[in-house]
Amino acid sequence: MRRVLTVLAGSTLLSTAAIAEDVKLGIIFGFTGPIESLTQPMAAAAELAMKEATDSGIFLGGSTVSSVRGDSTCIDSAAAVSAAERLVTSDKVNAIVGGDCSGVTGAILQNVARPNGIVMISPSATSPALSTAEDDGLFFRTSPSDARQGQIMTEILMEQGITKVPVTYTNSDYGKGLAEAFEAAFTAAGGTVTLNAAHEDGKADYSAEVGALAAAGGDRLVIAGYIDQGGGGVLRAALDAGAFDSFHFPDGMISVNLEDNFGSEIDGSTGQHPGTDSPGAAAVADMGKANGFDGTSPFAPESYDAAALLILAMQAAGSSASADLKDKVMEVANAPGEKIYPGELAKALKILADGGDVDYVGGSAVELIGPGESAGNYRQIEISGGKIATVRYR
Amino acid sequence: MDLLNALVVLANFVIIPGIAYGSTLALGALGITLIYGILRFSNFAHGDTMAFGGMFAVLGTWWLQSKGISIAPLPTALLVIPFAIVLMILFLLFCDRTIYRYYRKVKASPIILVMASLGITFIMNGLVRFIIGPGERRFADGTRFLISARDFKAMTGLNEGLAIRLSQVITFVAAIIIVAALFWFLNKTRTGKSMRAFSDNEDLALLSGINPEKVVTIVWVLVAILATVSGTLYGLDKTYKPFTYFMLLLPMFAAAIVGGLGNPVGAIAGGFVIAFSEIFVTYAFKKFFGYILPKDMLPSGIIQIISTDYKFAVSFTILVLVLLFRPTGIFKGQSI
Repeated sequence: MRRVLTVLAGSTLLSTAAIAEDVKLGIIFGFTGPIESLTQPMAAAAELAMKEATDSGIFLGGSTVSSVRGDSTCIDSAAAVSAAERLVTSDKVNAIVGGDCSGVTGAILQNVARPNGIVMISPSATSPALSTAEDDGLFFRTSPSDARQGQIMTEILMEQGITKVPVTYTNSDYGKGLAEAFEAAFTAAGGTVTLNAAHEDGKADYSAEVGALAAAGGDRLVIAGYIDQGGGGVLRAALDAGAFDSFHFPDGMISVNLEDNFGSEIDGSTGQHPGTDSPGAAAVADMGKANGFDGTSPFAPESYDAAALLILAMQAAGSSASADLKDKVMEVANAPGEKIYPGELAKALKILADGGDVDYVGGSAVELIGPGESAGNYRQIEISGGKIATVRYR
Repeated sequence: MDLLNALVVLANFVIIPGIAYGSTLALGALGITLIYGILRFSNFAHGDTMAFGGMFAVLGTWWLQSKGISIAPLPTALLVIPFAIVLMILFLLFCDRTIYRYYRKVKASPIILVMASLGITFIMNGLVRFIIGPGERRFADGTRFLISARDFKAMTGLNEGLAIRLSQVITFVAAIIIVAALFWFLNKTRTGKSMRAFSDNEDLALLSGINPEKVVTIVWVLVAILATVSGTLYGLDKTYKPFTYFMLLLPMFAAAIVGGLGNPVGAIAGGFVIAFSEIFVTYAFKKFFGYILPKDMLPSGIIQIISTDYKFAVSFTILVLVLLFRPTGIFKGQSI
């Protein structure tokens, strides 16, 4: 049996792009773990893009695309690496959509993707550390780095005339990366961070942390945490003690629970999270509705875009091999070329097959910059009347 | 005016939270010290006993809330506490009859009882997570603030606000009532006296005809009352999250040992000593000194002795110091 498999695997490798093949894309998300509720729509969105390419009939001479899922667990790097290893060595995936959380994504990149020369596009890893990680040109992401979010935060606060803020962050890769990026950007713009202190998630009482933040003082408290975890606790304690009147919330804090649990108590607070008003996001939402998943769920459009970029890059390279497609990702993602929105993959594949050029916009207004990460579009919000209201998009 | 502002800052961030936290620790330490004094072992399950009692109160509160019953402005949970206590008494007596009684019968050494209590911790922990889940559960209702920071500023015209939550006041008042009732019980009633006799000298107490099983039953009843009230009030004041009660175990034990294990007065004093040390050492005094020191003498830092991350280290340090230099605690208790 093993010999038969080896022969089969060998023959798959030998087949060239001209002959129709079954292209496999690995999807590595944390289907179990802290963000398991997000990953189902994310994976469904990515698989929808693959189905579109298959149905078009013109992808690499009539090839089909299928997905193989692997569980990254979001937090356990060893488990994520072995899942990725399995996808690459035994399932023979051509490229990977994923991982999801910053920590495991970095681990997969270094331990699996680079040694095997496999391209990976992450829809949701936002740690600034990934921008500078050694990647042999194999790593891209359709989500922006938090370094960018730090700049956006700085712009929003500066425009409102706020120059002195204390920052508290959740003690994780995400929180620390974001807090450091923000402090760097804010200081460079002439602001002062009076205190940059971590808080641990899962405590009952954050009044001591708030005491220190209040002593440091500032015009607005920046909470780079999770609303359902320590971030919400800090916010509650700060309001109870009357330490701060208004707050600034990065993406981890913005959810319905912010409205439900705090409402008008935090009127006048500001924040931002990745988001766009481009028609692409609405298109993904509609397609999700038709296919039974929630297309407005965080990072679902980005996941669709990650899979779509891999498919378009393969078409442009005329090959499903990672070594060939890695140089084409930036090309299909950026101008010049015809703008491509979600649901128009067939059109894009046709243009590429005819030797034309595309500029993939997709569900998250993809524009890859620098080391292959999304330039980032953010929705600036304000809390007024106990509701989260959109101010503008950046 | 500046002095007033400084005092208000201190009250808002140190004194009032310290009193509420100290009351919780004192109630918890009392339960630990009672078990140590009379059953003669360290009950590691006390934190999860609080979580268990709190869970009954949360479930009862949700049920009443769904029926639309409330005693606003007071939180509905107060109405549920007596019923939760009854359930806890039954549950703890069940634990005692099925587990601890056997070890008492075979006269097992205290360390075996301690290990048994550790096992019960994990069972309780699992049950609580199974029944109510590991996440945060909200059950607080009624008026939240007796006086909010914003109102206080408007009322007094001071720069600094003072917030007093109703739950903090309830915790403090409940602690006073329970402690007073407990002392009256231990010192004035016949059963209480027989318990103290049992604690002082078991053999002599048995000789004088005290029924040991009755004493044990009363201890568990008292522990159920203390644990349920403190567990519920802590959940009401902060939020109800099962895991946090396990974290309370260390400061509660530290409080009991600092005060003197087996000594009820010591447990209360120990609770407040630990609570105030934790808060005092991790509080950043910049604002406070900003009001009373002249500007040029003010250091640029935030004047914090150690970071709040190391809060637990405070109770550990005090614990180690007390064990090194005064193993019987501040008030004379049993040395361990």
